[in-house]
Amino acid sequence: MIDQSVDKSKRQFLTTALTVVGAVGTGYLAVPFLSQMQPSVKAMAAGAPVEVDISKIEAGQLIRVAWRGKPVWVLQRTPEVLATLTTLDGQLRDPQSNESSQPESSKNPARSMKPEIFIAVGLCTHLGCSPTFRPEVAPHDLGSDWKGGFFCPCHGSWFDLAGRVYKGVPAPTNLEVPPYRYITDTQIIIGEAAEEKSA
Amino acid sequence: MNLKPTRLRMCGNWVLDRFPLAQVWNEHMAHYYAPKNFNFWYFFGSLALLVLVNQFVTGILLTMNYKPDAKLAFDSVEYIMRDVNWGWLVRYMHSTGASAFFIVIYLHMFRGLLYGSFKQPRELIWIFGMLLFVALMAEAFMGYLLPWGQMSYWGAQVIISLFSAIPVIGDDLALWIRGDYVISDATLNRFFAFHVIAVPLVLVLLVFMHIVALHEVGSNNPDGVDIKKSKDPWGHPVDGIPFHPYYTVKDVVGVAVFLLFFATVIFYMPEMGGYFLEHANFIPADPMKTPEHIAPVWYFTPFYSILRAIPDKFAGVIGMGGSIVVLFLLPWLDRGKVKSIRYRGGIYKKALMLFVISFIALGYLGTQPVTPLATNMARIFTAIYFGFFLLMPIYTRWEKLKPVPSHITMQPTLEERIPELKAVFDEVTLVTEGENAKRGFNPTGAKNVLVRTAKNLKESLD
Repeated sequence: MIDQSVDKSKRQFLTTALTVVGAVGTGYLAVPFLSQMQPSVKAMAAGAPVEVDISKIEAGQLIRVAWRGKPVWVLQRTPEVLATLTTLDGQLRDPQSNESSQPESSKNPARSMKPEIFIAVGLCTHLGCSPTFRPEVAPHDLGSDWKGGFFCPCHGSWFDLAGRVYKGVPAPTNLEVPPYRYITDTQIIIGEAAEEKSA
Repeated sequence: MNLKPTRLRMCGNWVLDRFPLAQVWNEHMAHYYAPKNFNFWYFFGSLALLVLVNQFVTGILLTMNYKPDAKLAFDSVEYIMRDVNWGWLVRYMHSTGASAFFIVIYLHMFRGLLYGSFKQPRELIWIFGMLLFVALMAEAFMGYLLPWGQMSYWGAQVIISLFSAIPVIGDDLALWIRGDYVISDATLNRFFAFHVIAVPLVLVLLVFMHIVALHEVGSNNPDGVDIKKSKDPWGHPVDGIPFHPYYTVKDVVGVAVFLLFFATVIFYMPEMGGYFLEHANFIPADPMKTPEHIAPVWYFTPFYSILRAIPDKFAGVIGMGGSIVVLFLLPWLDRGKVKSIRYRGGIYKKALMLFVISFIALGYLGTQPVTPLATNMARIFTAIYFGFFLLMPIYTRWEKLKPVPSHITMQPTLEERIPELKAVFDEVTLVTEGENAKRGFNPTGAKNVLVRTAKNLKESLD
């Protein structure tokens, strides 16, 4: 005579064990599936530095170069612009760039290695639009508070001509300054950090 | 006479013995009893299904000539438009279909707000519907990247950057979604995969669940009366009629009228003045330069306005996400005991009116450039939008409800309304005496009619 009673606890154990093994297996499989959506080796290798000749840039002119697929601005600032920059601190969210991203050599009020040449990644720190270059003072559409700077048309963020963000706009931090260094006085390489100053 | 089964019938029986086709048909069509008082607002469910089919068919055809490659994508769309036989028609049917989908879905959702279709016992239908709405937004967003125009590129840049606002994991998450440090070929290729296979599968599954859940509890109706409460001796609801043939035929009329509008847009205004296909999207994507004025396609603008109205990156993203999340919570926010707006108090009618106004206003503002005035307006309307939902548990308790009838009421048909309309027409016009009698405008009559209409409106809102 076969014993008809069922040992439920054994069944429960087997069910639980199978579920756990299945879940672990699925978890292992999820790793390659999810990580294959990460940037590929090729995409990571594509960030080569770019060289820029700045000898032809006129005072007040801005040129755009592509670095890692992003727009990078090179702006030749005039002495008037540099003078205006120092008067804006009270209206800015992070005038000393303490919470913003830039190489140590550009962590100063003008946010550049040489004050006249300003270099920044031309993408708004809010949602990544490329702000427009608006050097004129008090244009009719931006109002009399506008001292010249970068205006993001997407969500209305304001930046001064050192890429520093104004208060009360959506962008949280100043524009990112990429690593760069001078090869000569007129040649800049973007994507390579400046050498550490010897102590 | 001995009726010998024909060969065709025998084939049919062979299938029916192995597959419950007749049972499915009866359960969901021929013996599915729907309330007999469906009105205009009940066209949009079946129309959404029609548009879904349109998107599938035209989408499959487009895939045959489209190239999901950053170097080739823009040109392949132009190739479809110029060189593929009827390519322009298929592409315009697909792009117009996307906008039509949202028009139909927004009206379908508004119907739910009007007649309380989200309320007990239909909460799950509403949840599945909201999941469908979210999947549809994902589908539309990813599809918009594919032509690889300026708006495709910068729109995707903005939306993916939304994820980077999430603390701690945000930047890595955005990187993972893009598959590169910027929107690139990798992003385009994966969006193609999502748009063409992954999200459509989810959509089909959700539509199935939406309909299964609906047919389990039965359709709501403009009176919000439960028709299952009174049944005839055969167990059918007294106030119900079989979906087929009654509503299949009714829906055919809706389909015909819809196609009239749909075809007009496709053939005469496929870009819809830049609202269905934005002008900047006819310029190939340029990662160096954002268009002067970027705005999402019209169906995203209300949510986009909310994002822009909040002057903080993370809070803006939360606000935008929250504006969708509150919709999910609707069945539990609304404490009113009555479903249909016909028997609800004036306070809900006013609130719903304000909500509709603010939704449309936010939508309009989202298409416009940022100015201080527009931003302040958007803030006010954002407050109303959230107020409608978040204050709902409070104001729906104060409602002065009207008695709900035990049976479905029938509204007068168009034909029955003709004498009434004629009376109004006679009142606002005046027949001049004399030889060449002419109908002219009658100011006092018009004033009376207006005052009466205003009084009726006020009465219904109180």
